[in-house]
Amino acid sequence: MFDFSEDQINRYSRHILLQDVGVEGQLKIAQGKVLIIGAGGLGAPVALYLAAAGVGTIGIVDGDVVDLSNLQRQVIHFTPDVNRPKVDSAKEKINLINPDVNVITYKEFLTSENALDIIKDYDFVVDGTDNFPVKFLINDACVMAGKPFSHGGILRFEGQTMTYVPGSACYRCLFHMPPPPNAVPTCSQAGVLGAIAGMLGTIQAAETLKYLTGVGELLTNRLLTFNAKTMDFRKIKTHRREDCPICGKNPTITTLVDYEQAVCDLKDRH
Amino acid sequence: MAKITVNGENQEVELPATVNDIIRLNKVKQPDMVSVQVNEGFINRDEFGTFQLKEGDSIDFLYFMGGGSDV
Repeated sequence: MFDFSEDQINRYSRHILLQDVGVEGQLKIAQGKVLIIGAGGLGAPVALYLAAAGVGTIGIVDGDVVDLSNLQRQVIHFTPDVNRPKVDSAKEKINLINPDVNVITYKEFLTSENALDIIKDYDFVVDGTDNFPVKFLINDACVMAGKPFSHGGILRFEGQTMTYVPGSACYRCLFHMPPPPNAVPTCSQAGVLGAIAGMLGTIQAAETLKYLTGVGELLTNRLLTFNAKTMDFRKIKTHRREDCPICGKNPTITTLVDYEQAVCDLKDRH
Repeated sequence: MAKITVNGENQEVELPATVNDIIRLNKVKQPDMVSVQVNEGFINRDEFGTFQLKEGDSIDFLYFMGGGSDV
């Protein structure tokens, strides 16, 4: 039986005070295993808040190193971390915030080869990636493995997020196929207001904690979109599609695929 | 003129109008990249040019959004 120490009761007291969470909910958080894919703009606030919340196990997948241009929004990485692997930088900060968290790092990119194997050990997956091939890969792998996940996307002054649990509308129900490479700009091409990453990432962190504790109503069958220029938030109701190629009645996608990556990232033009 | 809702906002359009007409009227930047729902049901892309809207319909445009880590 898992028991909290006096220090832990103190550390998590603001959660425990919440009628909907309490010691029982905090125990669920402590036993939770969450995988964060991408230790960037979205992954950073997600990792920081989940670490502070006391999520027992946090896995982080990212094969990249910290770039100076990341620091404008990827708040888990600090100036001396430039050129360090993002997973190492993130792990260090997570454990500085909360030594209780067991951090598992994957210094690699998610591919059709490793995706199912990596996600299988986790209760909840957070998509913090910048490109559509991986967003579709995360969706397909989670649908196949029956894993819930949070989708997040940001661009310029806007953000969108939805939560998938088995049986609800998946990302492919909304967006059938990845856009052709370079058809839709990414943040590294079109820019993003740094704080947007925090706004969206903290929503994803809240969804994760809601899932682990069973509190409230998840953002399933709804796409939340916001525009920070007007601060208009909108929820678009969605439904699972019976003809969805992955979660529909007769799925046509039965194996994972690696779609072509965008080729003109700012990084590559340097 | 028929009253419809586009992305939660009231609009008036001349009928007959297809999904493609509404996409054009709203100056959607990348029409081949947008997902469209009418009354909370997705419309297949190959029906954009033929699907007729009617008074009171609610249309939502869903856009691709990347963002996050440059992995």
